[in-house]
Amino acid sequence: MEKNTATVIPNSLPVSFSDRFRSREALLLGLIAIVVVVNSLLSPYFLDVYNLLDSTQNISEKAMIVLTMTLVIISREIDISVASIIALSGVLMGAAAAHGADTWMILLVGLGTGTLAGLFNGLLVTQLELPSIIVTIGTMSLYRGIAFIILGDQAYTSFPASFEDIGQTYLVNGMIPTQLIAFVFFAIIFWIVLHKTIYGRRLYAIGNNPVGARYSGIRVNNYRLVLLTLNGVASAITAIFLVSRIATSRPNMAMGWELEVITIAILGGVSIFGGAGKITGVILAVLLIGLVQFGMQLINVPGVIMSIITGLLLIISLVLPIILSMFYKRRRA
Amino acid sequence: MNSVNSAASGGSQPILEVRNIVKDFPGVRALDGVQLRLKSGEVCALLGENGAGKSTLVKILTGVYQPTEGEIVMDGRPLSLESAQDAWDHGITAIHQETIMFSELSVAENIFMGHHLTGKFSLVNWQGMYDETDKLLKRLGITDFDPQTPIKELSVAQKHLVEVAKALSHDARVLIMDEPTASLSQKEVDELFVIVRRLRDEGTAILFISHRFDDIFAISDSFVVFRDGAFVGDGLLKEAKEEDLIKMMAGREVKTSANTRTSVSDEVVLQVDDLCHATEFEHISFSLHRGEILGFYGLVGSGRSELMHAIFGLTAPLSGQMIFEGSVFTPKSPEDAITQGLVYVPEDRQHCGAILDMSIGDNITLPSLQSITGGLKLNWKKESSFARKYASKLKVKAHSLAQKVVELSGGNQQKVVIGKWLGTGPKVIILDEPTKGIDVGAKAMVHQFINELVESGLSVIIVSSELPEVLGLSDRIVVMREGLMRATLNAKETSQEEIVAFATGLK
Repeated sequence: MEKNTATVIPNSLPVSFSDRFRSREALLLGLIAIVVVVNSLLSPYFLDVYNLLDSTQNISEKAMIVLTMTLVIISREIDISVASIIALSGVLMGAAAAHGADTWMILLVGLGTGTLAGLFNGLLVTQLELPSIIVTIGTMSLYRGIAFIILGDQAYTSFPASFEDIGQTYLVNGMIPTQLIAFVFFAIIFWIVLHKTIYGRRLYAIGNNPVGARYSGIRVNNYRLVLLTLNGVASAITAIFLVSRIATSRPNMAMGWELEVITIAILGGVSIFGGAGKITGVILAVLLIGLVQFGMQLINVPGVIMSIITGLLLIISLVLPIILSMFYKRRRA
Repeated sequence: MNSVNSAASGGSQPILEVRNIVKDFPGVRALDGVQLRLKSGEVCALLGENGAGKSTLVKILTGVYQPTEGEIVMDGRPLSLESAQDAWDHGITAIHQETIMFSELSVAENIFMGHHLTGKFSLVNWQGMYDETDKLLKRLGITDFDPQTPIKELSVAQKHLVEVAKALSHDARVLIMDEPTASLSQKEVDELFVIVRRLRDEGTAILFISHRFDDIFAISDSFVVFRDGAFVGDGLLKEAKEEDLIKMMAGREVKTSANTRTSVSDEVVLQVDDLCHATEFEHISFSLHRGEILGFYGLVGSGRSELMHAIFGLTAPLSGQMIFEGSVFTPKSPEDAITQGLVYVPEDRQHCGAILDMSIGDNITLPSLQSITGGLKLNWKKESSFARKYASKLKVKAHSLAQKVVELSGGNQQKVVIGKWLGTGPKVIILDEPTKGIDVGAKAMVHQFINELVESGLSVIIVSSELPEVLGLSDRIVVMREGLMRATLNAKETSQEEIVAFATGLK
């Protein structure tokens, strides 16, 4: 910049190292390091590349919804019907397979179901101006209810081999599961959309102040509609990977995933009040939860303990910055 | 008349007397030695333009602000009001223009909020509160709702009556009513006045603040006029004429922001024909010329802002048409209006104008992102040079473009908001209360800037409740009242008195 800076407003003030150090990304990296150390002490099988990559299969499926959910929450909306959309599209894919549909047809049914379910959420929110939390509480019961009516307590278990390949294939010397490749692909796309395009900037504006965004010429309702529909599509993609991996679809699949997905997004630094959050933070949160879950599996910890640990991590990640900043302020004072 | 008329209403001693109150805010003197006497059983009207210091005095009397100098005397003893609770304890209560109430709770709960009646074991004594409320409502002669009615089911007028009842529950001896009639219909005003007279006859001293001359003359016994934070005069209302009051309120030369243009182009940029809205306004027709500043003046609730919302595409008009730059203009959303070159700087910059938690840069570029970047991909370099251009043009004071707008002063926030809209390259810019709540220096800058805009060929519509502002800046002035256009006046040939007369319905 020119020497005469009296009238020139700088782009930004220099960011100090301590500010960077106190960012959420730094906090998550610290937690990840702790988890890696603890896990490798607990189990000799933890630091094995094949094992580590294989362990990503599970978490990557959920993580695809975390990405779209991040966008939804940033724009000050929420969607808790995602797990029910997984169940509904899973069951309908199973039904299609049972009626002799080929792999392409099954995929079409799955994606179509997710898209329509998400669109229905979006239309209720935008056309009737209903709060998304109410709408998706309703459709959460509705979609899973339909799945139960179709199948009862049965399960579909026969799928074409080429369909099962989708979720059971490992690429690159049989090391990397397709789920991980899909997640990385979508993570890059959503990172670009949120941080590098004008759409992303507008999402932050909507989340910070929906009224102000509307006055600024942003068609707020169009964004809401597209995001909620995208969330349905992402749920369908998750359903495709999940159903093809376990070659089973039941109405009670993915129970409670909606809260896990939202928890990971918030752990990653997405503000539940909208307007703040970064894809990088969310990716780190996915990694953290994935590593914790893998470590627990290795030492055979039951699922209940797992959910306790996830809850604790969320609370620690919220409380720690507050304690640290109090400590920091007191030291400066 | 321009003196303290101590013999105003006989010999009775005032309950409350305000003596030479001065109130300084950083950089501004809001009140400069004002005085006021309130007597038992008398309604006193406090008159003054926006910014005259009425609200500041109300806040001092209700303990919200403490005066810099001067004293408040009650029953002959000096009084210090440190908090709202202090004021209540001395029997001073105020009813505000916009009532803050708990809409899901009942009338009784609202009235006893903060001092619930309790019975055995410190449990809430519901029956006692209902009975007390019932007594209060009976005393006021209210029959159309009862103590258990939820507030959300009441009309604006009925909510005011609940406020009155609440004031009574504090044994109010001094009742301040700040524009209680601004959003009421004539019938509701009449009903309110029956109650006000009843209270007056019971011996309450009432300070009545209103812009509506009809109401002032209907209810008040005496008056006090403030102007620019100073005391101008007082007296008995029955001895005063409207014209004199208006002159006292407005009587000053408009110094700053004088309009020096000699002629305005004949070319019509925006033509509005018989625009009607379902509830807010009707039969609006006007034309805006190139390089013209068209002022819209009217009291709160006159439909000015709602009209601008319709022109900007935020709401849909019921009928009528608009022609913008020679073609029919029917904006379905603000985006339509912005792309065609018509922008609106909203009155409420905190909620509508700015995205407070975003940076100055992000705010300025928000409506123009697509044209700055020339595509969908963000371009940090182009954005920051664009933001810097408009931030420097408006002389925004900030440590960097990355500073959040919420951290700026009101004046600088408004500069960012104006810069944001200017960046879209508009042909018509509508400014709704552009200087509301900003300091004198920033105000003069905004005025000067508006004049520069029209010189560069833009057309400006300025909506303002501040008379000197509208009169000083505009070429022509449209006066609105109750959703209708009452007059279109040439700024050079009219006076503040004439505009106020049209806006309040005297003419």
